[in-house]
Amino acid sequence: MVSVKLVNLSKYFHNVKAVDNLNLEIKDGEFVALLGPSGCGKTTTLLMIAGIYKPTNGYIYFDNRLMNDVPPKDRNVGMVFQSYALYPHMSVFDNIAFPLKLKKRPKDEIRRKVKEVADLLGIGELLDRKPSQLSGGQQQRVALARALVKEPDIFLMDEPLSNLDAKLRIQMRAELKKMQKTFKITTIYVTHDQVEAMTMADRIAVLNKGVLQQYGSPDELYNRPKNIFVAGFIGSVPMNFIRGALKRTNGDYILEGLDYLFKIPRTYHDVLKDIEVGTEVILGVRPEHVDIGFGEYSGKVYVVEPLGRDQIIHIDIGGEIIRALAPGDYKVEEGKDIKFSFKEDKIHIFDKKSGEAYI
Amino acid sequence: MRIVPLLKNSIVYIILLLVTLPIILLYTLLFLQSISVNLNGVIPNGFTLDHWSILSTGNIRVPGTTTQYYPNLYLVASNTFILAVIIAFTEVVLSSLAGYALSRYKFAGRSQILTLTLILHAFPGITLLIALFYVLNALGLYNSLIGVVIVKVALDLPLGIWIMKGFFDGIPWDIEMSALVDGCSRLGAWWRVIMPNVRNGLMAVLIFGFLSGWSEFIYVLTFIASQDYWTFSMFVYALTTGEYSYINPGITATVAIIYMIPVIIFFLFAQKYLLRIQIAGKSTV
Ligand SMILES: Nc1ncnc2c1ncn2[C@@H]1O[C@H](COP(=O)(O)OP(=O)(O)OP(=O)(O)O)[C@@H](O)[C@H]1O
Ligand SMILES: [Mg+2]
Repeated sequence: MVSVKLVNLSKYFHNVKAVDNLNLEIKDGEFVALLGPSGCGKTTTLLMIAGIYKPTNGYIYFDNRLMNDVPPKDRNVGMVFQSYALYPHMSVFDNIAFPLKLKKRPKDEIRRKVKEVADLLGIGELLDRKPSQLSGGQQQRVALARALVKEPDIFLMDEPLSNLDAKLRIQMRAELKKMQKTFKITTIYVTHDQVEAMTMADRIAVLNKGVLQQYGSPDELYNRPKNIFVAGFIGSVPMNFIRGALKRTNGDYILEGLDYLFKIPRTYHDVLKDIEVGTEVILGVRPEHVDIGFGEYSGKVYVVEPLGRDQIIHIDIGGEIIRALAPGDYKVEEGKDIKFSFKEDKIHIFDKKSGEAYI
Repeated sequence: MRIVPLLKNSIVYIILLLVTLPIILLYTLLFLQSISVNLNGVIPNGFTLDHWSILSTGNIRVPGTTTQYYPNLYLVASNTFILAVIIAFTEVVLSSLAGYALSRYKFAGRSQILTLTLILHAFPGITLLIALFYVLNALGLYNSLIGVVIVKVALDLPLGIWIMKGFFDGIPWDIEMSALVDGCSRLGAWWRVIMPNVRNGLMAVLIFGFLSGWSEFIYVLTFIASQDYWTFSMFVYALTTGEYSYINPGITATVAIIYMIPVIIFFLFAQKYLLRIQIAGKSTV
């Protein structure tokens, strides 16, 4: 087991900055998710850790050992590729046995270990098949088995669940998490699905365009996003962003928009006192933190999206639509006026220009 | 209701038979020629195995002379075989290396090289005869099988490279990376993971190379002076044209059949590989 440290890590492809000055520390046995939209440099980061790509700049440490010039075969990492990358000409058994064969382990040990890990993953019956004769879920398990069988120090997974159907994905999510906790392997898990990251990871590194946006626990990212990007990326129903200017009246801070005014709770005044009055800001509040049916603000129900257990109510507040999450059996009618309020301690305020969070 | 597919099948077979009939007839005739005293038009006249007796010593006698006018059949056979095998293996090695590089590496002039190889392939080889003659002569390779090998390989290589590039293109990068992570060196990954997956391509190039070397005629005729380096094509040519004022159709037919047999065997075993070629499926030029 090892810890991983990335220091000022960059990778440029010609003029594309795939990864830009990334600093990240992953503790021994920790499960870290790299989260970000397509093309933000997740795979590139993973491949640098695996040793496939050489960093353009920066350093990679395993424990305190500099790994930059260590070839992939000497890093003892296990990796599950986005495409699984099973060897088409080998049977499932040979695929899983491949890393052990390369380590020149004795035959009976190889057979025993392959059998063990295959049974663990429920693919013990498939060992004689070729990869082309497997379903997506089975291929994914074979890829996992191949990465696990060598007992790696670091486990790298590149969107391993993205090719599975929704039901299998939820099941595998739990299984992977369980497995990681059992083996306590330092794990870096790449995904663009924030639900996956939130449910599985100890800590999440959010990337955008090759730049690290925030690194923290799921709870931190959810409750204290550092900027608009993170705030918008985390959460199953996206956060509401309400534009306006910061104003002061009677000692109270308010957000003044086109047709609306929102009061900013007193508790935040300390943070806001250095901001110039009139600054353009964005108020962020998650749909699940908008209470409806009562409160100091009002708008018109614009449209209702039932989700079964919940429903999303879109409220027109004049020039801006905000979403509120309500129980599925809450009765509303489109076009009717509706009252609402924000949970005071759950609002965020971002600077419009930089996107950085004040609150 | 099984009558319909049966009918369909028989129509297919009848068409096939009609199309191949001339070829089949000619080969039948060739065979008959080799086992009869003479052919009366197309009717065999008297059965004999005399012509096949050349297999015992490999020598062909011109009646009434003691001089050995023709080279030994076995020498010719081994020359042909050596030529074909060397051409085939050289082509396999060079096309797989070049195909790999062209498929995997981005370098300046890559697409130009790809186009150029195709253009080279488009030239009829015969237009190069005189120029090649000068070159080989200057290199001291005139009248040697190596000279023929070099020329053949150079001309066949573009096709081989394109075939191999197509196969390499079909292998995702991920598999190669995965092999590196699993513990292979770069070379190890190439050998253990890439090569097994292009086996069909290698076989195809090997087969093309072998057949192209086995049947080569024009360059042997032009660049080989000594009988010591004759190949089958040259041998049959000499026998048919009666180079030494001696034509024996029976022996000519026999030698022609001996020339053909390895090709037929080779094809029977190789056709499944040839069916899998895709020269430029989803490749990038
Ligand atoms: N080999 C390469 N050559 C040139 N550019 C590349 C290469 N690999 C990646 N890139 C570029 O680097 C950026 C990051 O790519 P990367 O594959 O790391 O994204 P990703 O976060 O894994 O995206 P996805 O979720 O789509 O897999 C992209 O803009 C991509 O086009
Ligand atoms: Mg990726």
